[in-house]
Amino acid sequence: MALLQISEPGQAAAPHQHKLAAGIDLGTTNSLVATVRSGKVETLPDAQGRHLLPSVVRYREMGAPQVGAIAKQSAISDPRNTISSVKRYVGRGLADICKGCSCSEYEFVDSDSSVPRIRTVAGDISPVEVSAEILKNLKQRAEETLGGELTGVVITVPAYFDDAQRQSTKDAAQLAGLQVLRLLNEPTAAAVAYGLDKGSEGVHVVYDLGGGTFDISILRLNRGVFEVMSTAGNTALGGDDFDRIIAQWLIQQAGLDPSALSAGQMRAILLEACRAKEALSDTEAVNVFLSDDAVADSSVWRGELTRTRLNELIDPLIKKTLSSCRRALRDAGIDVDEIEDVVMVGGSTRSPRVRELVGDFFHCEPMVDIDPDKVVAAGAAIQADILVGNKPDDEMLLLDVIPLSLGIETMGGLVEKIISRNTTIPSAKAQDFTTFKDGQTALAVHVVQGERELVSDCRSLARFELRGIPPMVAGSARIRVTFQVDADGLLSVTAREQISGVESTVQVKPSFGLTDGEIETMLRESMSHAKEDIVARMLREQQVEADRILESVASAITADAALLTDVERTQIDIALAELRKMRDGDDPQKIKSAIEALNAASTDFAARRMDASIQSAMTGHKVDEF
Amino acid sequence: MQTVDLSSSFFAVFDLPVSFDVDLGVLSARYREAQRAVHPDKFAHAPEAERRLSVQMAARINEAYQVLKDPLSRGRYLLELQGVALDDADTAFDAAFLMEQMELRERLADVKNSTDPVRQLHIIADDIAVHGELLITQLASLLAEASAESLQQARDVTRKLQFFRRLNEEVETLEDELGDY
Repeated sequence: MALLQISEPGQAAAPHQHKLAAGIDLGTTNSLVATVRSGKVETLPDAQGRHLLPSVVRYREMGAPQVGAIAKQSAISDPRNTISSVKRYVGRGLADICKGCSCSEYEFVDSDSSVPRIRTVAGDISPVEVSAEILKNLKQRAEETLGGELTGVVITVPAYFDDAQRQSTKDAAQLAGLQVLRLLNEPTAAAVAYGLDKGSEGVHVVYDLGGGTFDISILRLNRGVFEVMSTAGNTALGGDDFDRIIAQWLIQQAGLDPSALSAGQMRAILLEACRAKEALSDTEAVNVFLSDDAVADSSVWRGELTRTRLNELIDPLIKKTLSSCRRALRDAGIDVDEIEDVVMVGGSTRSPRVRELVGDFFHCEPMVDIDPDKVVAAGAAIQADILVGNKPDDEMLLLDVIPLSLGIETMGGLVEKIISRNTTIPSAKAQDFTTFKDGQTALAVHVVQGERELVSDCRSLARFELRGIPPMVAGSARIRVTFQVDADGLLSVTAREQISGVESTVQVKPSFGLTDGEIETMLRESMSHAKEDIVARMLREQQVEADRILESVASAITADAALLTDVERTQIDIALAELRKMRDGDDPQKIKSAIEALNAASTDFAARRMDASIQSAMTGHKVDEF
Repeated sequence: MQTVDLSSSFFAVFDLPVSFDVDLGVLSARYREAQRAVHPDKFAHAPEAERRLSVQMAARINEAYQVLKDPLSRGRYLLELQGVALDDADTAFDAAFLMEQMELRERLADVKNSTDPVRQLHIIADDIAVHGELLITQLASLLAEASAESLQQARDVTRKLQFFRRLNEEVETLEDELGDY
């Protein structure tokens, strides 16, 4: 048998080998991909040199969907099949989408699935699939530019995204064939990109107003640790809403009947509104006109929009963001005066009025040094580079929070909060509940997210049942419900009856998310298009995981063999040998079983090593302190 | 071999003595070091079993930090460690405390009718904060004494603190309602 190479503990098997990793900013209006090359972070352009990929997908009767600028050109001529701002619909039910008053733009169909779909010439498409098309495009761009397959990516999400929206984003990545290292909150990514770890200790604010979402995060920086103190926001507020409010004004000024406008005309007016808004960042007044596209009787309407008028129109929206800022400050427990600086992120912070009002609110000049469109992708790329193992000695650590409280429904439609908003993740918390009736043998657990007291005012995340509780007198069962939120902000729930030991676990699959079956079907379909062999892909995935664990266990033994008893060592050696044998075979299932066996044999060892590393971290600190 | 037993007390997680008196600077420094050792970001390319383990350990460390850094939850936790239950149904508060609560609640209810509601709300919030500080000082000395009697008193003080905490939440709700900027 060939000798195995063993690396330094904590390092990858081949430290010299740079793994390809990327950061993806999946935005409402534009998306980007960035990477770290030779120590420098850069966003990657397409073949035409464009960095921003418009988040627009056009479905066609024949052939693959078009993505980006080419799709955007069809927004007016083919509005029903050209889908933009899909991020607003991801992880949402039909009722929520219609509340956003945008359902007129597309034809939504209520399907058997809980996920609404958009009717196009290519069939009914879910928002997750649209997102996956954008991700596939960026994946291809990155792999062509970097000349190899991506090991993993970090995808950014608005900090204020709820569980369903996060899960759907992860599903889209899976459909696109991407390995997600982490979902990273956009403001946190921006903080990383600003290199706030380079000596600027203290409290920093990230104000992120994008095309469709708004986030505010307050972070404390201390020796390379970014600790998010609080976050607040609105996942349905952004530059798109500025456009909409300007468009309404245009329609009113031109004396048009909004209900008589076609989808194409509406798009044309929105584009004109957006153009006027952008132009007013640099000038005091701009001429606006609605051409034949927008006005049915082919007359042309002309007018003028001043910056003063624009400010009047958008001020109420900006003030909404400031109330979120106030809440975030309060949750963080700090005063405005304690803030070092405010970082501006997202295209909508180009608006002079936004900068002015935010500066007034925080009593400081907002920072706009990095292109607000690129800063989030850049931060994601830095984090991806670290997570993939390219920088084993990096001191940076991000401690993020969940944006919205998580709880379960109790008697009377009330919410019992189990994990409250702005709790640092990962987080686990248990709470005991009991039965309501004598002899009750099942319990319905309804998981919700939100701040309100009534279940009906919160977002329903999932429902499941704990069955087989032995009949007891009401109130005597002890049912422990445990919530666990991982580092991506995703929830899983366990319910266990303490006396009988009956247990039920769910990986929370959000009510408005795709089911595992649906994803698998979509995956199979997309594979058959790409003529990729699903078995080959599964084999490759298992081999990657096998290499990962072989490498990790081998280096753990080199470092800490002293923590093992002879019996444990023998068991691990046997499992290692078995996995090495299977890894070179061609049966993914056998590799998987061998991985599980090695995991089982080495889990106690891994736990002991982690305990020891905490212990040594504590000891190390004592030396510092005294 | 010495290991941190994660199933033991939250104080042990950070190698701190079991006491109400916690140096918050030391606590947060040790918290950050502990997270550096086990956070899932340090295990993103590790095998799945290790990733799971790291999530559990990081969650435990977060919970421990959360409980210890806040005086009310720290006090509750110390009482719990000493077997003093908080959720007994008896609500025998002294009359002075009940009067005080009633008065604060009445003032809170009147805020909306005042000429400057936001300012009025801030005055009430400050008053609540002063009461809270006072109770925390009491709690500290009662827990330090640690006699059977002082622990019972500490329990009552903790329950009073919970009342103030709830009042504070109501202040925040009201602030949100008033303050759509």
